[in-house]
Amino acid sequence: MPKDGGIGASSKRREDIRFLTGEGNYTDDINLRGQAYVFFLRSDIAHGTINSIDTSAATGMPGVVKIFTAADFEGVGSIPCGWQVTDKHGEVMQEPAHPVLASGKVRHVGEPMAAVVAETLAQARDAAEAIVVDISDLPAVVDMKDALKADAPKVHDDLKSNLCYDWGFVEENKAAVEEAFQNAAHVTTLELRNNRLVANPMEPRVAVGDFARGTGDHTLYTTSQNPHVIRLLMGAFVLGIPEHKLRVVAPDVGGGFGTKIFHYQEEAFVTFAAKACNRPVKWTSSRTEAFMSDAHGRDHVTTIQLALDAENNFTALRTDTHANMGAYLSTFAPSVPTWLHGTLMAGNYRTPLIYVNVKAVFTNTVPVDAYRGAGRPEATFQLERVIDKAAIELGVDAVALRRQNFITEFPYATPVAVEYDTGDYVATMDKLTEIADLAGFEARRKESEARGKLRGLGVNCYIEACGIAPSNLVGQLGARAGLFESATVRVNATGGLVVMTGSHSHGQGHETSFAQVVAEMIGIDENMIEIVHGDTANTPMGMGTYGSRSIAVGGSAMVRATEKIIAKAKKIASHLLEASEGDIELKDGAFSVAGTDKSVAWGDVTLAAYVPHNYPLDDIEPGLEETAFYDPSNFTYPSGAYACEVEVDRDTGQVTIERFAAADDFGNIINPMIVSGQVHGGIAQGIGQALLENCAYDENGQLLSASYMDYAMPRAYDMPFFDVDHSCQTPCTHNPLGVKGCGEAGAIGSPPAVVGAVVDALRSSGRDVTHIDMPLSPNRVWAAMQ
Amino acid sequence: MTQVSMTVNGKQASGDVEGRTLLVQFLRDAQGLTGSHVGCDTSQCGACVVHVDGQAVKACTMLALEAEGAEVSTIEGQANADGSLNVIQQAFQDHHGLQCGFCTPGMVMSAAALLKDNPKPTETEVRDYLEGNICRCTGYHNIVKAILAASGQDVSAIAAE
Repeated sequence: MPKDGGIGASSKRREDIRFLTGEGNYTDDINLRGQAYVFFLRSDIAHGTINSIDTSAATGMPGVVKIFTAADFEGVGSIPCGWQVTDKHGEVMQEPAHPVLASGKVRHVGEPMAAVVAETLAQARDAAEAIVVDISDLPAVVDMKDALKADAPKVHDDLKSNLCYDWGFVEENKAAVEEAFQNAAHVTTLELRNNRLVANPMEPRVAVGDFARGTGDHTLYTTSQNPHVIRLLMGAFVLGIPEHKLRVVAPDVGGGFGTKIFHYQEEAFVTFAAKACNRPVKWTSSRTEAFMSDAHGRDHVTTIQLALDAENNFTALRTDTHANMGAYLSTFAPSVPTWLHGTLMAGNYRTPLIYVNVKAVFTNTVPVDAYRGAGRPEATFQLERVIDKAAIELGVDAVALRRQNFITEFPYATPVAVEYDTGDYVATMDKLTEIADLAGFEARRKESEARGKLRGLGVNCYIEACGIAPSNLVGQLGARAGLFESATVRVNATGGLVVMTGSHSHGQGHETSFAQVVAEMIGIDENMIEIVHGDTANTPMGMGTYGSRSIAVGGSAMVRATEKIIAKAKKIASHLLEASEGDIELKDGAFSVAGTDKSVAWGDVTLAAYVPHNYPLDDIEPGLEETAFYDPSNFTYPSGAYACEVEVDRDTGQVTIERFAAADDFGNIINPMIVSGQVHGGIAQGIGQALLENCAYDENGQLLSASYMDYAMPRAYDMPFFDVDHSCQTPCTHNPLGVKGCGEAGAIGSPPAVVGAVVDALRSSGRDVTHIDMPLSPNRVWAAMQ
Repeated sequence: MTQVSMTVNGKQASGDVEGRTLLVQFLRDAQGLTGSHVGCDTSQCGACVVHVDGQAVKACTMLALEAEGAEVSTIEGQANADGSLNVIQQAFQDHHGLQCGFCTPGMVMSAAALLKDNPKPTETEVRDYLEGNICRCTGYHNIVKAILAASGQDVSAIAAE
C-alpha cells in the first residue's frame, strides 16, 4: 500500500501550486526600481580580428545610458575554468583567457563584442544596430581533426596549438591493453560521433545586477543551478568582490540540464554595469542568443575497439576520442570528456583492461560543457554500441553477450579507477525483460511487417557515477572546488522547521522530497517543513545541483543536520521528562521514556528551546538550529537496462518510437512519482538526441541551428508513454539515505537503445547496417536503407 | 505611444504601448501578469499561450494593439474563485505534469482550449494538439496523462511509476 507521507511516498509537489497559477518567481519576473536593460552586440562571424568598434553614433541615441566594450573591462578578471586536467605527459592543459567582452579577436558566432545599456530593451537594441564594428575575417576552425593539423588557424594566438590536452587513462594500462588486443580472438571496431546538442531549458538565461552605493553591496539575480558557485567564481576571479559583499539569488529556475551550472559573461557584465551605471541592469536572453551563448553539450568523435576471447568474454577495451571544447573553456568543460567519461568506460562489464585517449580541441564554436549526463552518455553510447556491433559480427544474442560479461560481485574495482559499491545488473535486465515484454517482440514485429513497417528492438545497459563528490578525490583529479553539500535546519518555537539547503531545485521538486525526508526522521507532517534554497543570503555555502547529486549529497547533509537537531531535542526532552537521555525515544513526533507511558510532544520540546524557563541552561544552549556539511566517500553508481522498439517507414526512413521501457536501480527512493518524472524527461532528451536534435555548424563556423525552426526539439507526438520501473534497489552503502540519484539516467541510457532498435529494424530487412550516426533523421535512415 | 484597452481576466486593463509592443510584453511588463512566459523568439514554444476572445493565442504572435477591446484570459485567471486549482490545473498536480513550471502556463491554457473544442480527446489527439507547446522536463508523459485525466477519462492503465 502506498505511503501517504515521508520517505517512499508519492507526495504531490507543493511547488506546483505557484507554477500552475502563474505565481512562480522566475528571474525575468524580477524588475527592480530604476532598472535599465542591456543588449549585447554579438559577433556574426566565427573568427576575426576586431580593428575598431565605433560607438559614436549609438551613444547619442534615445534612451542610451552607457555603451561598454572590452576597454571598459581592463583590470577585470577572466571568466574562470573550474577544472584543470593534466595530460598524459604530465603537463597541465592549455587554458586561454576568456574576457567578459571580446578583446582583440572574436572566436565564435555569438561572442559579445559590445553592450548597450538603455532605458528600454528596444532602445538598447536600436542603438546596438548603430554600432560600427570594423572586423577582419580570419579562417575558422570547426572540424576537430582539421583544428589539430600543423597549419590550422589558431583559435588563441597565445597558445601553442588548438590542442587543450591529450589525456591518457589509465596510462599504466596502455601496454597491457595493446597486448590483450594482439591476443584477442575477435576485435570489433566502431567509429561514431556523439552529436553536439544544446540543452535548451525552456527558460532562457536571465541576469539582473544591482548595486547599493550606500552599503557597497552587490546583488545578482540569475538563472543558476548553483548560486554559491557563481558567487565564488565571479566574486573571487572576475570582479574582485568579497563574498560578504555579494549576494547571488537564483529564484525559480525554469530548467537547467547542466547549462545553468556555469558562470557566464552576462552575469559578470550586469553585476559590473550596475555599479558603473549606478542602477540595476537586466539582461534577458532571447532564444537565438541562448543557442549561441549557452554552453553546448556532447560533440565527441570516437573510435572504440572491443577485444574478446574465444568464449566471447571481453578482454580489453580502447577508445580514441576527440572532444570539442569550443572557443573557450567553460566552467567544468575539461572534466567532462575525462573524469566524467573515462572513468565510466567499464560500464556494467568485467572488462579487465581499458585504455582511454581523449584529445580536447579548441574550435571557433560556442564553448561545450556538461549537458544532462555529461561524459557518461558519451561513454555509455560508445560502449553499448560496440557491444551491439560485436554481437552482430559474432552472430550471438546481444543481451546474452551482455549478461555473460556482467559484473556480478560488489564492491567491484574497475580498471578505470572507480569502485562500484552496489548494483545488480542481472536483476535490472530481468526486470526489463519483464516490463518490456521482450518475449513478445517477435509477434509485434510480425504485426508491424504485416502493415508494411520494419520493426526493431534495441536493448542496452548503463552505469553512471553520480552524487558528484568527494572533494578530496575530485581535488586530486583537477577540480578547483570542493564538492560537499550543506544544510541548516532551523526549528521554530512552535515546532515548524525551515531547512536551508545549498542544493538548488529547478524542476526536481526538492521542496517536496527534501521535506519528506525530514518529516520521516522526526515523525511529523511534511507541511510543517519549509525548504529554502537559491539565495546565498539565507542558505549555507553549498555547491548546487548537477550530476544527480542533490539527494545523495544535499539530502545527506540535511540528514546529518536533522540528526543533530534530534540529538539536542532529546536532551531537552530528557530534562522535561526527568529521565536519562539514553532512555528517550522519538516516534511519530513525540519523545517518550522507554518502557513508560511518559512522553512529551515535539512542539513542547521546541517551545522549551526558545522559552527556556524550565531548561538545562548549564548543559546546553537555548535554541534549536543546526548546520551540517556533508562530503561523501565515493560517487554513487545507479545502473539500469533500457529497451526501445521502433517502427521504420520503408519508403521515407521515418522512425517512430513504439515502446520504451526502463528498469533502473537508484537505490532507495524518496518520492517514486518524482523519480519517474525525472526518468521520463531524461529518456525524452535521449530520444531527442538519437532521432531529432543536432547543433550544426557550416565549414565557416556559422551556426545553422539557432532557433526552434532549425533545431528539432522533441514534441509530444515524438514520444510514446514510457514504462519505467525502479523496483530493483541496491542501496548505496556510503550515504545515510542509501540513495543514488536519478536525474541523468534517462538521458544516459536511452540513445543506444534507440539507435540499436533502428539498426535492428534495418537488419530485419536484410540490410547489412551496423551503425548510423545520430540524429537518425529520415534522411540518414533512408540513405542507410539504399 | 498609443493607448490600448482590453479586458484581462475580467478586469479592465489599459496602458500606453509602442506599435511594436507584443501582447505578451503588455501583459508581463505593464500589467505585471508574469505567469505568461517567453521561451523563444519564433512562436514555437507556446509558454505564452493565453486566450483572446476564447481562442488560444500565442501572446508573442500578437501586437498589444491588436487586442484592443478584446477579452483576454491568462494563467492567473484560471483557478477557481476560492483560489483552489481548476480541474486541469489539479490534474497537472495530481499526475506530476510539470517539473520546472516554465512551460506550464502555456500547457494549461492550451489544454483548456483543446478540451473546450474536444472534450474527450484521444492520446493521439492530445499529442498532436500540443505541437505548439514544448516541454523539456517531462517527456510529455505526465502532461498527456494529466490532460486525459482532466477530460474525465480513466488513466489508471497508463504507467505511472
